[in-house]
Amino acid sequence: MAGHPPDKPSQPAARDPWVLDVEDVHKTFGTQEVLRGLSLKVRRGETLVIIGRSGGGKSVLLKHILGLVAADSGSIRIDGEELCGLPERKLSRIRRKIGMLFQEGALFDSFNVAENVAFPLFEQGMKNRQEIFERVRDALHDVDLEAHMAKFPSNLSGGMRKRVALARAIVSRPDIILYDEPQSGLDPVITDSINLLIRRLQEKYRVTSLVVTHDMKSAYQIGDRIAYYRDGTIYFLGTPDELKANPDPIIQDFIQGRSRPEHASE
Amino acid sequence: MHRLPRTNLSMTSVFIAIGRVVTDLIRFSGQTAVLGLEVLVSPFAGRMRFGLMGQQLVRVGFGSQFVVVVTGAVIGSVFAAQSYYVFSSVGLETAVGSVVSIAMCRELGPVLTALMVTGRVGAAMAAEIGTMKVTEQIDALRSMGVHPIDYLVFPRFVGMMISMPLLIAEAIGFGILGSYLVTVKGFGVDEAAYTKNLKLFTDLDDVGIGMIKGVVFAILIVLISCMNGLLVRHGAVDVGRRTTQAVVTSSLSVLISNFFLSILLNYFFPI
Repeated sequence: MAGHPPDKPSQPAARDPWVLDVEDVHKTFGTQEVLRGLSLKVRRGETLVIIGRSGGGKSVLLKHILGLVAADSGSIRIDGEELCGLPERKLSRIRRKIGMLFQEGALFDSFNVAENVAFPLFEQGMKNRQEIFERVRDALHDVDLEAHMAKFPSNLSGGMRKRVALARAIVSRPDIILYDEPQSGLDPVITDSINLLIRRLQEKYRVTSLVVTHDMKSAYQIGDRIAYYRDGTIYFLGTPDELKANPDPIIQDFIQGRSRPEHASE
Repeated sequence: MHRLPRTNLSMTSVFIAIGRVVTDLIRFSGQTAVLGLEVLVSPFAGRMRFGLMGQQLVRVGFGSQFVVVVTGAVIGSVFAAQSYYVFSSVGLETAVGSVVSIAMCRELGPVLTALMVTGRVGAAMAAEIGTMKVTEQIDALRSMGVHPIDYLVFPRFVGMMISMPLLIAEAIGFGILGSYLVTVKGFGVDEAAYTKNLKLFTDLDDVGIGMIKGVVFAILIVLISCMNGLLVRHGAVDVGRRTTQAVVTSSLSVLISNFFLSILLNYFFPI
């Protein structure tokens, strides 16, 4: 069953502090129930980090927020607009409010760096080539890759590819940026530079950021709030300090990276 | 005692395998038909990307020049030579031109061009789209509000629809040229009689049949190839499997649909 559309056409709430509202979302793939009534609200302008074990369904949650995967039931509202149940063509307008950094970058391999970053601008109908060039240059300047405009993705390192993907995500000035494990596969120094970049972009553009990671150092560094995702729901939601102080052994095991014998077979 | 259950088991396995093939075929046909409908809706619902259509025209049309010219010329020449050996024994060697011409227009030109384009272009379409699928490039397109059918399939559809009839016309032309060179210049058949018979038995209906077949084959190849690309799920192995599937299914569709088209079109345009 597709997600429940709202009873009446939704109106953007003028003073709604929640830019993203996920409510009771369920999703099952075959026999595996991935999301089990997950609910989550994200404040306008905050950076919310979602932590949790690998392969648990955090990336699936991000894909639900973009409408790339349809929920079995539940509601997802972006700026008050219901996403669930909308056909693919009607999702386009909502998706343009969101930028997404995919785990592997998902750069178009037949385009060079500048063309990749310019792509969303062309697709949004921007015609002025000078303006497009300036926006692309600014976005690449933000990620310190201004000098690599003509390179192709195959000639970039993993960290550079992620930074280009980030430039592509921010070039159209979205309200929300979704980061799918931006630090995965990167060395500690590049990881730190990506984290600083996420903070810098958040401060510069005041965007709402939703970051999926299982790297605790990064979570503390960039998160205003941290959500601990476990078994298809949000198990804990609070500030980094509240997370650290939480006595729950399940949370402490995760944040301190402790495995227990019963986890060995998982 | 043990043989009977084993035989039953193997019979059951055979039926299960056949059932799976049939259901897969029905499912794929349905998915391809839905893709066809989405392609028809695309120009009205999405943005027209003339640059991408031009790119596809170049890749499908211009890029297939060499293979189509060689195929047409070689098949026309070989067919003319074989026909000459048979017809000359009964003194009908001047009829070679008309036989080759009709065969090239109605059957060999469209079918062989479609098969060559399937191998060259259909495989590339399936592999490209499939690779984009596994590397999340299609998800990236969707995340930026771009419909994959509008961006990936419709331009390929337009490129193929325009290119295929032109490529078939080219294959027919070079096939007839090859036949002329072999028969008249090679075997010394009288040029005037050869040309007279060719004109007498070949008319615009024959060329029209080739063009109609070309349009149908173009639709089949582009939809089957793109659908296979869009159905890729599991990495490089699946890209390879789906690419092979695209070529095999497109080729079989061309051959089978050609049989029914030949019967149908001969009813409307008899020789």
